Amino acid sequence: MTNRYWSALTTPLIGENPITLQILGICSALAVTTALDTALVMSGAVTCVLALSGASVSMVRRYLPRSVRIIVQITIIASLVIIVDQVLKAFAFEISRRLSVFVGLIVTNCIVLGRAEGFAMRHGVLASTLDGIGNGLGYSFILLLVGAVRELFGHGSLLGVQIFWTTAQGGAFDPLQLMLLPPSAFFIIGGIIWFIRAKRPEQVDRSEFKIRDELQEERR
Amino acid sequence: MSELFDLFLRSVFIENLALSFFLGMCTFLAVSKRVDTAFGVGLAIICVQTVTVPVNNLIYVYILAPGALAWAGLGDLDLSFLSLIAFIGVIAAMVQVLEMVLEFRIPRLYRALGIFLPLITVNCAILGGTLFMAQRDYTFGESVIYGFGTGTGWALAIVMLAAIRERLKYSDIPDGLQGLGMSFMVVGLMSLGFMAFSGLG
Repeated sequence: MTNRYWSALTTPLIGENPITLQILGICSALAVTTALDTALVMSGAVTCVLALSGASVSMVRRYLPRSVRIIVQITIIASLVIIVDQVLKAFAFEISRRLSVFVGLIVTNCIVLGRAEGFAMRHGVLASTLDGIGNGLGYSFILLLVGAVRELFGHGSLLGVQIFWTTAQGGAFDPLQLMLLPPSAFFIIGGIIWFIRAKRPEQVDRSEFKIRDELQEERR
Repeated sequence: MSELFDLFLRSVFIENLALSFFLGMCTFLAVSKRVDTAFGVGLAIICVQTVTVPVNNLIYVYILAPGALAWAGLGDLDLSFLSLIAFIGVIAAMVQVLEMVLEFRIPRLYRALGIFLPLITVNCAILGGTLFMAQRDYTFGESVIYGFGTGTGWALAIVMLAAIRERLKYSDIPDGLQGLGMSFMVVGLMSLGFMAFSGLG
């Protein structure tokens, strides 16, 4: 029993990571990662919403007619997101302004609806909550990695603390402008996917047309 | 007039929802394997976006914005915290209506769109367009143009990506990068290309 709960919590970290394998919740993962602190707040918000929505959807799952389930799920999720949004506005106004519309967009973040529909509708409250937390952590893991790389090489700092002294400040580090532009997030996540799949070949998408290795055939 | 045209150009190229704000990425990466399905999804997005952004604009301006209920004598009421639920409700309803209208009036397009039509409800590009509209206080006329422009920009981007991916099928890609990884790289390069538009307008 405990083993099952443990696996609900840990498999989404790398084995079934929502971003690199399930293609869920990519939108926000790319937009909020220019600095580490926004990435941190965003991961926290998404993890909270995931855990709570998993719990509440799982609680009402036996009373939900199939035909209206999507609307009910979205309403639950939207209410949770409104609470998170108001809390952020009250206690972390500066960061909430920098995240702009992306907190609101957690409503349509496919991870939340995807886990509610795919997992919470068929499992108990505790398992669904753990699954929500696990997926939130898997999402946070990628988000923080990308945020750290982009802030470190784009500004030379981490969480606002200077690590590399830039040339403008009399140091030797020349900040990479590319890291602050949107496309860099794609390259970094592409790289992460490449790395994970090089370590775990079972995740690789099979190619539809295999190129014949002519050199090898000639040698034969 | 020229301001509206400017807004249109800006929403299609410079502020392209897919390539510079990363909205609707899940659909963007998941259904861009073939050009014809990509074209269908793009068309659906244009339809929904052109309808929902102006409708949400009306709802926001006359009901939800701070002080918007002055016409009902409730000037000091601020309902803007309800906007998320209202917007997503409108989007879900609009998608449902559009689905029914298409099914009875243009069944060919309805069959071509298939499963993608209901999925649009949870596409962040739609909600994102609406939220940007509310954040920037667009007027009704501007919101029509903005909705149409962002929809067109998104459709353009997904058709382009699908065209590139169709060619990629025949190329020799390192094993780990096959599929999803390569799509990320391609979208990154496309997004880099779209950055060049930022001097426009």
